[in-house]
Amino acid sequence: MTEPLLCELSAPGRRGVRFPQPDVPLAELPRNLRRERLPMPELSEVDVVRHFTRLSKLNYCIDEGMYPLGSCTMKYNPKINEETARLPGFANLHPLQPIETVQGALILMYELQEMLKEIGGFAGVTLQPAAGAQGELTGVLIIRAYHKSRGDLQRTKILIPDSAHGTNPATSAMSGMQVVEIPSDARGNVDLNALRQHCDNTLAGLMLTNPNTLGLFDENVLEAARLVHEAGGLMYGDGANLNALMGIVRPGDLGIDVMHFNLHKTFSTPHGGGGPGSGPVGVAAHLVDFLPAPIVDIIEEGDEETAPLYGFVTPSKTIGKVKSFMGQFGMMVRAYTYIRMHGPDGLRAVSEAAVLNANYLLSKLRHHYHLPYDRICMHEFVLEGVWPDVPEVHALDIAKRMMDYGLHPPTNYFPLIVHEALMIEPTETESKQSLDNFANVLIKIAEEAHTQPELLKSAPHITPVGRLDEVKAAKELVLCCGVDALEAQPA
Amino acid sequence: MNIPSDLKYTPNDEWIRVEGNTGVVGITDFAQDQLSDIVYVEIVVSVGDMVNKGDACATLESVKAAADVYMPVSGKIIAINEALPDTPEVVNSDPYGNAWMVKVEMSNPGELNDLLDAAAYEKHVQEKSG
Amino acid sequence: MFVPHTVEDREAMLQAIGVKRMEDLFQDVPAQYRFPQLDLPPALTEMEALQELREIASVNETTQDLVCFLGAGAYNHYVPAAVDSILRRGEFYTAYTPYQPEVSQGTLQAIFDYQSLITALTGMDVSNASHYDGATAVAEAVSMAYANFRGKRTKVVLSPALHPQYRQVVHTYNIGTPIQLVGEDIDLMAGPEALLPYIDNNTALVIVQYPDFFGRIYDYTKLAEAAHGAGALLSVAVNPLALAIFTPPGQFGADIVTGEGQPLGIPLSYGGPYLGIFATKQEYVRKMAGRLVGETVDNRGQRAYVLTLTAREQHIRREKATSNICTNQGLMALASTVYMSLLGKEGLREVAELNYHKAHYAAQQIAALPGYSLWSDAPFFNEFAVRCPKQVSEINAHLLDHDILGGYDLGQDYQGMENVMLVAVTEMNSREEIDLLVDVLSEVSHD
Repeated sequence: MTEPLLCELSAPGRRGVRFPQPDVPLAELPRNLRRERLPMPELSEVDVVRHFTRLSKLNYCIDEGMYPLGSCTMKYNPKINEETARLPGFANLHPLQPIETVQGALILMYELQEMLKEIGGFAGVTLQPAAGAQGELTGVLIIRAYHKSRGDLQRTKILIPDSAHGTNPATSAMSGMQVVEIPSDARGNVDLNALRQHCDNTLAGLMLTNPNTLGLFDENVLEAARLVHEAGGLMYGDGANLNALMGIVRPGDLGIDVMHFNLHKTFSTPHGGGGPGSGPVGVAAHLVDFLPAPIVDIIEEGDEETAPLYGFVTPSKTIGKVKSFMGQFGMMVRAYTYIRMHGPDGLRAVSEAAVLNANYLLSKLRHHYHLPYDRICMHEFVLEGVWPDVPEVHALDIAKRMMDYGLHPPTNYFPLIVHEALMIEPTETESKQSLDNFANVLIKIAEEAHTQPELLKSAPHITPVGRLDEVKAAKELVLCCGVDALEAQPA
Repeated sequence: MNIPSDLKYTPNDEWIRVEGNTGVVGITDFAQDQLSDIVYVEIVVSVGDMVNKGDACATLESVKAAADVYMPVSGKIIAINEALPDTPEVVNSDPYGNAWMVKVEMSNPGELNDLLDAAAYEKHVQEKSG
Repeated sequence: MFVPHTVEDREAMLQAIGVKRMEDLFQDVPAQYRFPQLDLPPALTEMEALQELREIASVNETTQDLVCFLGAGAYNHYVPAAVDSILRRGEFYTAYTPYQPEVSQGTLQAIFDYQSLITALTGMDVSNASHYDGATAVAEAVSMAYANFRGKRTKVVLSPALHPQYRQVVHTYNIGTPIQLVGEDIDLMAGPEALLPYIDNNTALVIVQYPDFFGRIYDYTKLAEAAHGAGALLSVAVNPLALAIFTPPGQFGADIVTGEGQPLGIPLSYGGPYLGIFATKQEYVRKMAGRLVGETVDNRGQRAYVLTLTAREQHIRREKATSNICTNQGLMALASTVYMSLLGKEGLREVAELNYHKAHYAAQQIAALPGYSLWSDAPFFNEFAVRCPKQVSEINAHLLDHDILGGYDLGQDYQGMENVMLVAVTEMNSREEIDLLVDVLSEVSHD
């Protein structure tokens, strides 16, 4: 049964909400600017609530079960976060209020900056970037500004390993940098020989995801950082995989000069069906002056009688603003809540369990799927979703078949350097039973691939919809219901 | 795999048909097969443009992939296939015929010597598909 | 807490992996930096954490404690209860990006609904699934226009009456591009026609706001004609609520409409998360960055929805993508969709008209006070600039003593405007509150 669109549910005259009558004299609307038609649906509150409730039931979600998307860190989102973010003292603050009236919000932001500095090993943090990709843009623009401030105008080359997320090269291009891809070596690390060749006076920096998208901790990270720094470049850390490192190692200690955090991955803020994210950026001491403005700081020290005054400061060589107002504040409240509930030992326990879970799952699956890089992994690992004796079955078919067992599939076809990749990140919030069930399903599917491959090719069978005609979607491009449908009378 | 013997090829899967001083450019059967259903074609050069070997002349998109088409030779663009953006599926069905993309008046026909002949391209494809 | 392992589970798992201790899993991490002792406060229980957060939150004075006349890009509106009720469904907020359409039809169809309502509201052909906020949506419009002309046009005309923070973000985004930003030095009182001399055949985009930062509503038809005459595009940043009663930009020739979607059912939340609206004409759909949902059918013949045109995005195109954007403001787009469907045709008009009438009443009352006058006589929606007898900072301090959150101090962004206040009035402000504001303002002019 297909759920109708809003426009198909609409009936003229229905209302979902009413507002009070005007308590002031009516003003004339300027005739030449007045809107004639407003094609919008007409629905009661019941219509609306039922429509979206029915739609919600067509979704898989982390509250329902394991969501092992590699590189996405789909951990459980604690319910308390939703309560704290909605406290009236946070939800009802205007972003331009005088600082004297929002000291609580500023204290929270200040403390979150401090906590992220400590977790990452950085000297400064901005909370402004809206998402990981925007954190990357902030970081690369900071690298660019740093070199420019030193007169190193020729440093425009950014090195990016071939296993990196697409956002890394896209960000570098947006920042006006030249992208050079660096191959991975046989153990999945950055190939140091290739790196050496590019360490010259045009080097701006290396963007390193560590652990990388193969789920492997780069064994050459210290040497890579040494080479890049000796050549005058900076190390950018893509913090997408920080969930493996909290209390395990601080990226700043490894020589990372600038890194973005993903509050929506590591610090449990919900993914919301695709956002909002939040991508704070941490920097080493030599980069703090370049951070986006404003940064929250103590602007008047307190004493025994008066509390310190928190406010905004503009770093002296700031790259400017990257987002309006202060960033995704609601996400900051959630992340703050999460960090406060864990403390230093709790965060280390999170990362340990994330790595334990991935390795445990790997130990159960390694004899059933080809493992292209055979090492102890960190929080995730990559298998090949293809067997030489059943070439007609692809990673995509395995992914679709998993849905028939009530599971969300892992990331597929990424990273690009693994053929038919299945990238699996269980996260720390899955129990042993949950992991055992997941492994058993994948093992069963590996059997089915050999005995009944058509079961995989035609999967999924039990989901609300089957496989979609994506070619039709891209060629015919129906992207909205159309104004006429919104104004049509019901049949 | 169709690899006509009268064309020249690049390792990046473009073909060129030489007619006097004019070259007609498209992508190979192997390339269209790799991309699967093409849903979008954009010719990114205009008639009269001077282009260098290696410049992008078109962009192709399938549902899961995107590819740029690069000039196998340098010269002046004298025609573009204006019908192709409206019928992107022709790249899959007729890659060497109606799916030609641009015609170029070659400024340095010597560049043709750097290209692969059908046998060499076939060997290249076999290595690529490993 | 959220790690479910028992001691026995842990031992069994380590054994299955073939290592003795947890530490053995971290041998690749350089030993000298392994296991740092993090200097963080000790863990709290949920009960204690809630208490701590409540205490921090209670230090703030909210728009419920104060009478709010502050706008400048974020507005205090009523959010019907059903909006948050839907947002709190775990099926929506704990789902990932709908990459697997068979198990994500809820998110996908909700975005399709969103795209439908945004195109209808703006009068454009297509909308994406949203950008981060109103500021970054404008920055993305610049990237899109630049890509549309394949880098051959390098000038962007930016009105100084565009939100100062949006302009700052556009400048930051273009630190490393060849784009030249012009127009910000025109006379603020001159209206949009003052931008005309900047438009030439090297112009990729002209950017204005509707209503503009000062609340003024202009007919941009002439500007659109001039931009199109030079082969350039026109981008209009909107307050979407104003479009319920004013001509949508699609009707006066906008090529791109961006906007801050916060007024559509999204709490103020100290500046975010908000919603970046982005809509354009059909012919530019492939140049538009960001996620898009399209309609198709499944292999059982059912209508269904899927992310489409993904091959132009960063995960495929990498350094050749127009933008690095990856996420959208999914949950905020959902909030605005629920809000628009609850209010519907009549409700949206009604709330927009309430804003209009109340703001005009306030403007009239304030302008009648000695020492105060309206800064502009252009039509406005729910916000207007007032010339005051004293510096706005001083007046606002006085208003705060009366628990009134005064308007935005334009002197913070515009030289010589230290005495000009930007006042926002919404459906949340009663006549009594407006009268109180007027009374206290009149006190200020006396002393």
